[in-house]
Amino acid sequence: MIALLKRDLSLSIRAGGGFGLGLAFFLIVTILVPFGVGPQSDTLRLIAPGILWVGALLACLLSLDRIFALDYEDGSLDLLATAPIPLEAVVAMKALAHWVTTGLPLTLAAPVLAVLLNLQGAGFGWLVLSLLLGTPALSMIGAFGAALTVGLKRGGLLLSLLVLPLYVPTLIFGAESVRRGAQGMATTTPLLLLAGLTLASVALLPFAAAAAIRVNLR
Amino acid sequence: MSLWEYANPQKFMRTSQMVLPVLTVLTVLCLTAGLLWGFFLTPEAVNFGSTVKIIYIHVPAALMAINAWLMMLVTSLIWLVRRHHVSALAARAAAPVGLTMTLIALITGAIWGQPMWGTYWAWDPRLTSFLILFLFYLGYIALWEAIENPDAAADLTSVLCLVGSVFALLSRYAVNFWNQGLHQGASLSLDKEENVADVFYLPLLVCIAGFVLLFITLVLLRTRTEVRARRVRALITRERMA
Amino acid sequence: MIDLGKYAAAVLSSYGITLLLLAGLIALTLIRGARVRRHLDQLEARRTRNG
Repeated sequence: MIALLKRDLSLSIRAGGGFGLGLAFFLIVTILVPFGVGPQSDTLRLIAPGILWVGALLACLLSLDRIFALDYEDGSLDLLATAPIPLEAVVAMKALAHWVTTGLPLTLAAPVLAVLLNLQGAGFGWLVLSLLLGTPALSMIGAFGAALTVGLKRGGLLLSLLVLPLYVPTLIFGAESVRRGAQGMATTTPLLLLAGLTLASVALLPFAAAAAIRVNLR
Repeated sequence: MSLWEYANPQKFMRTSQMVLPVLTVLTVLCLTAGLLWGFFLTPEAVNFGSTVKIIYIHVPAALMAINAWLMMLVTSLIWLVRRHHVSALAARAAAPVGLTMTLIALITGAIWGQPMWGTYWAWDPRLTSFLILFLFYLGYIALWEAIENPDAAADLTSVLCLVGSVFALLSRYAVNFWNQGLHQGASLSLDKEENVADVFYLPLLVCIAGFVLLFITLVLLRTRTEVRARRVRALITRERMA
Repeated sequence: MIDLGKYAAAVLSSYGITLLLLAGLIALTLIRGARVRRHLDQLEARRTRNG
């Protein structure tokens, strides 16, 4: 399993693996928003938590179809399915690799971009914490969506349509905890709910995703 | 005689053929009676004026929007556990009907909201939940359309339906948490049937019955079509093999 | 015709849109049903002819 994780990580960091693409996309989205809504720092401060969370979510979406597509095309997914480790573990590892290459960099980059949007000082810590807690759920839910569409030739657009509604609770709890944190309100409830959501996704969705992959490999 | 006998496509086709004419007549009767009663013969409510007549379509449509998803959940489970084709096809047949019901509930709600709340759209928990439900229907239907192998499509959409149900429920609570109901006051309690006087309640019941019947009729019709489409596929493949 | 008061537009348009949507759904259902049925009949006929 560790070997699989290492392999996926090195594959995605290598050229053409899409590493950094999500980050660049996140950067562009956050830069474009002020052009759209105007440069008033009050307005930007108000919408910063939401913009950062939506931006991170979309950046995450960008690299989802790569989770299984390459392995499906060259047949290594068939090998993994018949390997001695359970397919559920393979799915979990692949989601973890996706998180390390996408969710983690996004979390680290978010405070820098938050400066551009005039996020209130109190919000920075909550922003990082909420993204740290929430992005694993994004990767895991995304892995499930990718598993559903892995056999399809033009699955990319469908993948977004399937995954985005599933992201709604994560987005709500994540952005809500940053918003509350920035305004100095208590953030325990949304953060706990967010953590619960992530844990439940990580615990249960590998089974659903593995079932979907088995159907697609049949 | 058990319910599972209808899992046999031939048996299903025979029985549904017998039931359908009766159902169609009943649907037409209930719907016309309920809607005409609601539209022409009910008084105006004190605070709502004639907009109260919108509930005769809004409430039944909203009910069916949720029940259609529940029915899809049940039939998906039956498909996953017992692998009855008719069950999977019924789930597929119900999705567009549910989508239409959701759309009707959303549109009539928006039209009603304009004079009552002063806005077509508010990010009220209930409205938002229905919008999310709409997105789930879209994704579910799109997945069915995208996959060519019918058995794989049935499997994958069933898994999506299960996971989607959990997340739809989660979204419902998340949305409640996110915006604790601007409009939870008197206006929405119109939806709760105990607050509605008998003059409005009785035609509403007839309308709900009409919508339920309409749903069943349409789903049966569409399931029959899907069963036939499946047979067409099988015959074409067999011809190609020969 | 009954008097709907100042909300006539709202009530009429919601009934209209609903009926339109339902009619569309029913029409689609019937059209696709008829098309699939015709296709199936063709195939069945070909199959019995060929033995």
